[in-house]
Amino acid sequence: MKGFLGIDVGSVSTNLVFLDDDRVVQHVLYLRTQGRPLQTLQEGLKKLSRLLPPKTVVRGVGTTGSGRHLAGVMVGADVIKNEITTHAVAASAAVPGVQTVLEIGGQDSKLIILRHGLVVDFAMNTVCAAGTGSFLDQQAARLNLPVDQFGELALSATSPVRIAGRCAVFAESDMIHKQQMGHSLSDIVAGLCRALVRNYLNNVAKGKPLLPPIVFQGGVAANAGMRQAFAEILGQEIIVPPNYHVMGAVGAALLAAEHALSGVPSRFKGFKVAQHSFATGGFSCHGCPNNCEIVEIREEGQIIARWGDRCGKWSQELDSGCGEVEKIS
Amino acid sequence: MRVTFPHMGNLWISLKAMLTYLGVQVIVPPPCNKQALQAGAKWAPEFACLPLKLNLGNFIQAREMGADTIVMAGGCGPCRFGYYAQVEHVILHDLGYNYQLVVMEPPEKHIGELLQRIKYITGQNSWWQVMQGIRFGFRKACLVDQLEKRAFYLRPREKRSGSTDKALQEALATVDAASNWRELEQAKHQAMQRLDEVKTVQRPVLRVALIGEIYTLLEPFANLELEKRLGEMGVEVDRSIYLSEWINDHLFLGLVRGMRSSKAFSQAAAPYLAHFVGGHGQESVGSAVYYARQGYDGAIHVLPFTCMPEIVAMGILPRVSQGTGLPVMSLIVDEHSGAAGVQTRLEAFVDLLARQKRHKGAFA
Repeated sequence: MKGFLGIDVGSVSTNLVFLDDDRVVQHVLYLRTQGRPLQTLQEGLKKLSRLLPPKTVVRGVGTTGSGRHLAGVMVGADVIKNEITTHAVAASAAVPGVQTVLEIGGQDSKLIILRHGLVVDFAMNTVCAAGTGSFLDQQAARLNLPVDQFGELALSATSPVRIAGRCAVFAESDMIHKQQMGHSLSDIVAGLCRALVRNYLNNVAKGKPLLPPIVFQGGVAANAGMRQAFAEILGQEIIVPPNYHVMGAVGAALLAAEHALSGVPSRFKGFKVAQHSFATGGFSCHGCPNNCEIVEIREEGQIIARWGDRCGKWSQELDSGCGEVEKIS
Repeated sequence: MRVTFPHMGNLWISLKAMLTYLGVQVIVPPPCNKQALQAGAKWAPEFACLPLKLNLGNFIQAREMGADTIVMAGGCGPCRFGYYAQVEHVILHDLGYNYQLVVMEPPEKHIGELLQRIKYITGQNSWWQVMQGIRFGFRKACLVDQLEKRAFYLRPREKRSGSTDKALQEALATVDAASNWRELEQAKHQAMQRLDEVKTVQRPVLRVALIGEIYTLLEPFANLELEKRLGEMGVEVDRSIYLSEWINDHLFLGLVRGMRSSKAFSQAAAPYLAHFVGGHGQESVGSAVYYARQGYDGAIHVLPFTCMPEIVAMGILPRVSQGTGLPVMSLIVDEHSGAAGVQTRLEAFVDLLARQKRHKGAFA
């Protein structure tokens, strides 16, 4: 089998997808990052290599997510792209003609606006993470609810209460208050979903025109309560694509496939990197008063990448062979 | 008397030049860094903006190097900066750092007040010498800005990544080292030459304007090295505020001819915001209009968290964006800003601009 690998290393989850030559999703892995992106990614590669037939050829690899550079260095990626681009690409492939993409992940919530398949505008949460997956996770844990039942419970609400959703801290206090007032859990949970949607629309969308078709993706799209709240408040149908939780990885794989068309051979180091020992370390450089914190990534004891220095003393020492860089790809 | 002052980008080169020219002993704090920010954020009120926290950090570090007098700008108006000098002084005093404070601000009653404060620092120097000192500092400011602008051009086109930054650092050091007029002329030559050595290649670039609040625009540590990051992505930037222009506008009242003035920005803002809102809020709105007219591909609006004037501007910018077709992205910074998040937003913005431009077939 031949195909393309997409990797999304986020703050909460690390996702891998494998597309076949016809760009159809063959395998999907969704893992918790748990603060250890390198180990999680290695584990994912191991699992994926077991799922794939022995003679699989990887024709291209794309990485995305906040750990995209780290992952890219580790596996030898052909394409390293930010989340906005990969999510937009994946959404357009899943729902041709999509004009609005709502994406809520662990730490970030994003809005992407497309016209004729082109991103024309985007927004991300600025200073506050209220209304992202982590907060929902936390509240579910506090209420002792498995997060997958959270959404179902919201659907059974009869009269959702109004929760102050401007800030995660206020939202939690208000939820506790409503609890003590005696409101039912389902009404509170449904109210929270609405609060988060309001927060998203006020802080991220900020009055941007949300035209249909609207696609909702990211881990939070699994939450039926959130889907319903969006549909009600926007008065539009909300489409959740089949691989909604790994759309970043799908987009990265699609971009890798696009890249492979140019005929450049893949830089993928092979699934064997899952067995290699990787270690990250760091130190403070005291070469000047900037005191930069330098991060080093070692593969089998060999330093393969460094970053964090302002002057380039450490990072450029490594790429002395390939000084020419490609800009705007 | 050992005088120190807060950092704001390369301001130190010109301030140090002016004071040393007049024989004042100067202690330049270490460049803004993590330790300074931590020290500042620890003692500052949480909702004070990033500039206050970094100033405090600078002063704490400078005190450990032996500084005993602070020279700082002040002001009056809706921006809180006007009372920062006093607040910082009190916080430092509470921490047991005994500093003399000299605030340069518009006098309350009589110009004599300001002159007296200047005299306090400059001591026995005659007014004519003081003028020469100011001229010397200003000359360096102009030179620094010229070098930075050159670097803005070179960075997206450099053949070897990082070569522009290296050249710029060396060029700035050359300018800093010049201690009299004759040396300064030589330094100018050397510095320009050093930047001309950077090898470039012809490649399409995007042009993005950086607009917004002065401190976060000028201080690379505060804005997470926006200029460098964008340059590395292949973007030629321009800043709406340069130090020399600001000095000319506010201290020389526009006496130096042939320099860009923020008045043009205020005027350009008229259709969207016709009056002063404190700080540089009005100029931020106007500069977006200005850069749209100049054919820029986009603008990034930088502001510190809790900055009132810029929040006003931020609220108006989407309308400017709609009216002029210039994509604008706002970037709020404070001590909690994460580099990964900023990088993602910048990449996404640049990606969007590049795709749009390619779509229009306008990539030159």
